[in-house]
Amino acid sequence: MTAAALSRSPLAPKLVGAASLVGFLVAVEILIRLGAINRFIVPPPSEIIGSFYRIVTQEHVLRRFVVTAWECFITGAMITVFGIAGGLLLHRYELLRRACETWVAALAAAPVVLAYPLFMVLFGRNSWTIIMIGFVAALPPVILKTLEGIAGTRRVLINVGRSFKLTSMQQFWKIQLPAALPVIFTGVRLGLIFALINVVGVEFLINYGGLGQLINDLAERYDLAGTYAAICFVILVSVLFYMLLERAERWLRPVD
Amino acid sequence: MAAEPILVVNDVVVGFDTAEGPLLAVDHVSFDVRPGEFLSVIGPSGCGKSTLFNVIGGLLTHTQGRVAVAGEQINGPHPSIGMVFQEESTFPWRTVIDNVAFPLELVDLPKPQRVERARHFIALVGLDGFENRYPGELSGGMRQRVSLARTLASEPKILLMDEPFAALDEQTRLLLGDKVLQIQQQLKQTTLLITHNITEAVQMSDRILVMTYRPGQVKRIVDIALPRPRTSFIVSSDAFGRYVAEIWGDLREEASRGMRDEESHALHRGEAPT
Repeated sequence: MTAAALSRSPLAPKLVGAASLVGFLVAVEILIRLGAINRFIVPPPSEIIGSFYRIVTQEHVLRRFVVTAWECFITGAMITVFGIAGGLLLHRYELLRRACETWVAALAAAPVVLAYPLFMVLFGRNSWTIIMIGFVAALPPVILKTLEGIAGTRRVLINVGRSFKLTSMQQFWKIQLPAALPVIFTGVRLGLIFALINVVGVEFLINYGGLGQLINDLAERYDLAGTYAAICFVILVSVLFYMLLERAERWLRPVD
Repeated sequence: MAAEPILVVNDVVVGFDTAEGPLLAVDHVSFDVRPGEFLSVIGPSGCGKSTLFNVIGGLLTHTQGRVAVAGEQINGPHPSIGMVFQEESTFPWRTVIDNVAFPLELVDLPKPQRVERARHFIALVGLDGFENRYPGELSGGMRQRVSLARTLASEPKILLMDEPFAALDEQTRLLLGDKVLQIQQQLKQTTLLITHNITEAVQMSDRILVMTYRPGQVKRIVDIALPRPRTSFIVSSDAFGRYVAEIWGDLREEASRGMRDEESHALHRGEAPT
């Protein structure tokens, strides 16, 4: 196959992506072995790959994953319920929207995780601190996207509803909500990603729970290869999670 | 004796407050539509055609005058009037059959009858086979036919359309005009079409109401005495050409006035005219 034909192949981007990653790992491995990178700061990729089996069998990474996944699930359910309800309230009450929209948007940019000592005082050193920080950090995108989706319903669709004499409840359930659903789901997707980042981050900070705590434990034991392997596992989970959500979003938006 | 009109528009006035002061969009417009008739309202951009569409559809309140359907004065959307909008208005989250069945759901028709009725109207607009497709999988012309079928499914006494084919190319527009004509003749559907397209109006109408540029007034009502049933082949006849020329004669002056007005506004605002 010629280079031109290869570049046209649908597999080409995936192959180039995988080759770039492999190339990067090989380059890091060589630089470490040559002493250009301190192996006590960055362990060789070969050692990290070799540690995967160990973190699965000895460090019970899958059990840790279940804990993190459960915390993310609770956070996800909470941001979906409260975020959509919040967005609808802001849409329903103009004064509330004008009063709060900027604050909510500002909260989306705030590093809520820094307030973890306050949450520890409020909820104790347990899963609730992790869930609540994830909840507060991930709530704004759901509220804002719900508001955007409902307010952005095309005028003509509302007029179709009016021409069929729909009541305001029917307008909401039969037109505004389904029209807004793809945008709302984008908010939920962003919220879930924020939730995952914050949940793992707080687990690490307060040394409690699932994958974040595992990374903390391994780092404190100075098991660098294990630490990096666990970080790679979290990245892998995040990527798979993102792909899954993207697929769900495409299913929800069958056509544009 | 002529049949009683099914739609009466009597002395309707619509005004708006704009940043540049009060604007009279529709000025003492009166006309009526008889059962089974196809009437087109034609005028240049800015003559208040769409305002009139919204007033008759009950989506906009008029300042003065009276709009009545079958003797009943309307003060909001009326079940006897089915509206087809200029913009694409299908529900993208519903399949074609679910879009068309929408008004039937609202009256709680049992599902088997609903599906049967929806299929009937889908076939009527020539979309059989596309029942389970989503609007995003259809062309612009097909989506407008879905909107038309959805409106027809509510079995309105009056079909009210606002430039439904404006976004389509000329050939598709002629073919869809054929389809609308065929449906209108088959169902004897009273139809009121708002348009700025002269050929479309002459191709389909029994009468054409020509409006003046702002404020929108009735300039003249032209009877189109072309034979029925009609198809798009009518556009090649001499009589068709004469009607088009006659209406263009009326419209040219109004359209020029509209263009001059737009240009003068653009000059004052320092913008390019649209």
